[in-house]
Amino acid sequence: MYKYDQYDQAMVDARVAEFRDQVRRRVEGRITEDQFKPLRLQNGLYLQLHAYMLRVAVPYGTLSSAQMHALADIADKYDRGYGHFTTRQNIQYNWIKLEDTPDILADLAKVEMHAIQTSGNCIRNISSDHYAGATADELIDPRPYAELLRQWSSFHPEFLALPRKFKICVIASEADRAAMKLHDIGIRIVKNDSGEIGAAFYVGGGMGRTPMIAPCINPFVPLDQLVTYCEACLRVYNRYGRRDNKYKARIKILVHELGAAEYTRQVEEEFAHLLTQDIEPPLAELERISTYFASPAFETGLSDDIDRSDPDFALWVDTNTVPHKAPGYVSAVISLKPAGGIPGDASAEQMHLIADLTKQYSFDECRVTHTQNIVLPHVKKADLHALWTSLEAAGLGAANLDRIGDIIACPGLDYCSLANARSIPVAQKISERLSPRSAELGELKVKISGCINACGHHHAGHIGVLGVDKKGVENYQLLLGGSEADDTSLGKITGPGFDEAGIVDAVEKATEVYLAQRTDGERFLDTYRRIGINPFKEALYG
Amino acid sequence: MKIVTGNDLKTGAVTWWTGSDWSIHVDDAVDAGDQAETIAAREEAARNVNSPYVIEAVTDADGKVRPAHIKDRIRALGPTVRPDLTLKPADPTAGNWVI
Amino acid sequence: MADLLRFRDDEPVDHPAVTVDAYLEQSNAAAVRIEPGDDARALIPHLDGLRLVEVNFPAFTDGRGYSAARILREAGYTGEMRAVGDVLIDQLSAMRRCGFDAFEPDKPLDPEEAKAALATWPQVYQTAADGRAPIWKLRHG
Repeated sequence: MYKYDQYDQAMVDARVAEFRDQVRRRVEGRITEDQFKPLRLQNGLYLQLHAYMLRVAVPYGTLSSAQMHALADIADKYDRGYGHFTTRQNIQYNWIKLEDTPDILADLAKVEMHAIQTSGNCIRNISSDHYAGATADELIDPRPYAELLRQWSSFHPEFLALPRKFKICVIASEADRAAMKLHDIGIRIVKNDSGEIGAAFYVGGGMGRTPMIAPCINPFVPLDQLVTYCEACLRVYNRYGRRDNKYKARIKILVHELGAAEYTRQVEEEFAHLLTQDIEPPLAELERISTYFASPAFETGLSDDIDRSDPDFALWVDTNTVPHKAPGYVSAVISLKPAGGIPGDASAEQMHLIADLTKQYSFDECRVTHTQNIVLPHVKKADLHALWTSLEAAGLGAANLDRIGDIIACPGLDYCSLANARSIPVAQKISERLSPRSAELGELKVKISGCINACGHHHAGHIGVLGVDKKGVENYQLLLGGSEADDTSLGKITGPGFDEAGIVDAVEKATEVYLAQRTDGERFLDTYRRIGINPFKEALYG
Repeated sequence: MKIVTGNDLKTGAVTWWTGSDWSIHVDDAVDAGDQAETIAAREEAARNVNSPYVIEAVTDADGKVRPAHIKDRIRALGPTVRPDLTLKPADPTAGNWVI
Repeated sequence: MADLLRFRDDEPVDHPAVTVDAYLEQSNAAAVRIEPGDDARALIPHLDGLRLVEVNFPAFTDGRGYSAARILREAGYTGEMRAVGDVLIDQLSAMRRCGFDAFEPDKPLDPEEAKAALATWPQVYQTAADGRAPIWKLRHG
């Protein structure tokens, strides 16, 4: 894992001091809420439905046990004993007091964490593959590149008042586990025909009100020009992104309106200029960062055998572990989606336990996934039963990775001031109703958003649900056929919306159409793509 | 009727204008009538409240104040999915009030 | 000029700035004012006679002026770069990094607060227009 040096620590400490002063001036009335709002947002602090909410950055989703313990301590000391893991691989707390915030940030800084740029119209936390460094299918660990960009984007003086928020994702495999093409900039680390490593840039993707899949604007940017190329992409956006309408201010609209070719031409022109400006850290800096991401010392000669005599354990192993690059190891996924639970929520006790298990079984490293679960990336197969036993006892043993119960849901109208409808109760009811049929239904990704901003990734769900406000009453639209994986696609709305009970019935009906129509080995998404939306419409509205 | 709501500047707690002060209980809210916007502006300037706004509400059959929109009813109660964290933790069915 | 915060030793220009369009038509003025929608690059062929560039921030949340300032500094402009308009304490450090060396805010700034704000960052992560060595350079010499 990356470790701060004196410079990184000094920057984070300076940020805490800066925000402490800003909070003081706000409380004393020396700055208005309008002036303070962008400042607090760029420190992760929202004013939500019930209280202030603090979003803490988990850079590229990676945490140590000490950091996870610290997150649990914050939940206990400053909040109401729990936290919520988000679709940006971050964690947020729902009951924060403004006056406590500087102290919380100071506590975070002690474990090399922060809440910098987790909100606001700036470059946000950089996300990555939650199996980075563990999976056999990656070209290289993408996280050093993400860390390089984290430092470049932190407090970037030119890009703190962008037209709108800006999200960057870095992956390094053909498989996409991070919804890379649904980011403002998606970067895939690639190898060219000469065997050199570089970065393919996908720019202008996103969900929200106008979902778009990012086009590739440059298939190979040399590694020693990565930061400069990002700077060029951002400068063109900062200068020409729309500022007349916040709903059209994301870079996807600029790329769409200019056309990818013209946007690319402008970026290349800016890039050629910026190459003369000494923007780029030397490759030695990338090498310095990379040393922190060296593979742990995996044991060799381990057995691949697992005692499968306990069927519940065997089911969990089959569902919630994925292959690892080292023999005798797997990556194990801790589900934060117990049947009927609140997706992504974890109590302080659960976080402490996950921290302990992280230290005991996974080389002191865990990951937050964009699907609101936790990964222990490097677990010996021989340790799986002990791990599972501990998880089961804490309500963390649900065997439902990528199954019907593994629902993404935004906080919705239970917590969020932007929401139009509640998301969590819908997730709970779908999970309760259909989890018993989890094995039969196989891979089925359900994603629920409580408003059009799409924090619950509804466009990218095999089954998506979008909550809307219909004359003051919650109403839910059903979408089918989305995917955030390598085969990225955007879901289609089936037709008129439903009330809360109706949307749960509608999801069940969609699964029945699938079960009736599928051929051998087809997932829900495959069947949908083969037969189209009409059979589903007939079942829903016929 | 028109009632005024916002959040406490320091704690973030949801508050309601009572005619002389701010309360965390929506039942304490009073009809601010055509003074609502004026009260909101004055109280915000004095930092007694953060980001106040004026909403429609009615008095229900039990004489209780009921905000017109579901969003403000959820603000008045707390998250419906965590009854233990609402203002009525002893009543697990309190969430039905918001619908 | 009472509320002008200036980090230069030369004499300020004593006549009003003209618009970019006016300057490009008749470039004997020494002061130009850039609005958020203006293309700062249009000035690059005409930098020689310029002694003052005002960059207007009608709203502090519109960050186009940061790019405008950097672009002109990158093009070699060494005259005064003045941020005017909705210029607030908490944006000063970023503005300074982007090449501003004078500030003329709509509402006066507390000089002590301004001084503290400009000293916010012990080091910096990026190359910008203020000549500060980024952290990566300190790490690798």
